[in-house]
Amino acid sequence: MKAVGVFVAIALALALQTTLARFLVGGIAALDLVLVVVVYVALTTGPVSGMLAGSAAGIIQDALSSGLIGVGGLAKSIVGFCAGVVGQQFIVTAALPRFLMFLGATAVHSGISMGLYVLLGLRSFPSPWAAVVSQALGNAAVGMIAFTIIEAVPGVIERRRMRRRL
Amino acid sequence: MALLDIRQRTGYLFIAVIVAHIILISAQVNTRRGVPVLEAVTFGVFAEVQRAASLVISGVRASWSDYFALQQVRQENERLQQELARLRITLQQERALAQQSRMLQDLLTLKSGTPLATTAAAVIGSGASPDFRTITIDKGTAEGLRPDMSVVAPAGVVGRVITPSARAAKVQLLIDRNAAAAAVVERSRAQGVVEGTGGNLRLNYVSGTADVKVGDRLVTSGIEGIYPKGFVIGQIESIQRGAGEFSAIVVTPAVDFSSLEAVLVVLTPPSSDVEESTTPADSEGAADTTAQGRE
Repeated sequence: MKAVGVFVAIALALALQTTLARFLVGGIAALDLVLVVVVYVALTTGPVSGMLAGSAAGIIQDALSSGLIGVGGLAKSIVGFCAGVVGQQFIVTAALPRFLMFLGATAVHSGISMGLYVLLGLRSFPSPWAAVVSQALGNAAVGMIAFTIIEAVPGVIERRRMRRRL
Repeated sequence: MALLDIRQRTGYLFIAVIVAHIILISAQVNTRRGVPVLEAVTFGVFAEVQRAASLVISGVRASWSDYFALQQVRQENERLQQELARLRITLQQERALAQQSRMLQDLLTLKSGTPLATTAAAVIGSGASPDFRTITIDKGTAEGLRPDMSVVAPAGVVGRVITPSARAAKVQLLIDRNAAAAAVVERSRAQGVVEGTGGNLRLNYVSGTADVKVGDRLVTSGIEGIYPKGFVIGQIESIQRGAGEFSAIVVTPAVDFSSLEAVLVVLTPPSSDVEESTTPADSEGAADTTAQGRE
């Protein structure tokens, strides 16, 4: 059931991502919603789930984009795994740690994917820092909002049920 | 449950996923030579595996073959050692034969070089007592040997026949304490008498003013009527000048008495030798020495 939810989340993120593709900053997307989902899954379920979710989501994202299939998968697998490990080892329930987690995850993901492309000689990124920072901030913001909404949903539903009973 | 097991092996799963992604990426990327990275890496890795396997196999084969080769080498070594031992014995025999041949050749040369009647004899024994330096030869009266006949070797004077039997004879060596021979210094013609000391020779009755030097060669003068004139006796080893008339002169024998194997016996009777003195080395002085010998 959890896996289905993860797949649905990834699918939604991909759908949103494809619609937001036109918002580009410095050659890369200003937001990576798939990455946000992966980090979220990793923080909530653990490194293995995060890694598998990152792998699947990354490969699908790569397949939908024009890049090499596997680069995004590899980057998101590593990010998902590391985020899961961090989530298990440290308490990442407060806002700031989560914010930092999204920032770090985005930085690591960008570093890996861009590094691989540069290493393979397929693309070049003359000054990626602004784009990476903007994407990290965007992802962190979206991630924080997503966490807040998702965590608030059960309480809202419960409160509505209580009001109806009253 | 299986999923739980997989989750417990997180590290392996992580590595597997990463490797799978790398393979996936490599399959799509070409190297500068146009070969897909996956193929190049796979080929490169497999080539290293092949190289390692080849090294291991060749090492095993080499060790295996060396082991058997060593066994063969060991057998061959034993065979060669036996062969070497046999060849060493053969070599010794050949050397002995060559030595004997050389000795006989020298003897034959001496025999043909001297006008004296001689007969070759083999040394078949040595003296029973160390006090008396004698040898036994395989010729006796049956071959015409008589007492006081001189015995020589290619290197020089050996001694004289003292006790001939029918088929053997005892020869007193010149180094025997009771042996003596008239001698002359080859260079200065200074005369004296060589006497045995048991191991060496001593030249006696030499004038203190005589011209004698270390290294001078002594030859027989034939005066005593036994040894033919001109045969080498030895070489002066040391000279001790005394206050008296004579000097103590030590002479090293020319003949190595310890390795005598064959000798020549001069068949000419001593008396006739003195009378008809024919010398191989110095025929000019024969008359003088003969005269002196008679005196």
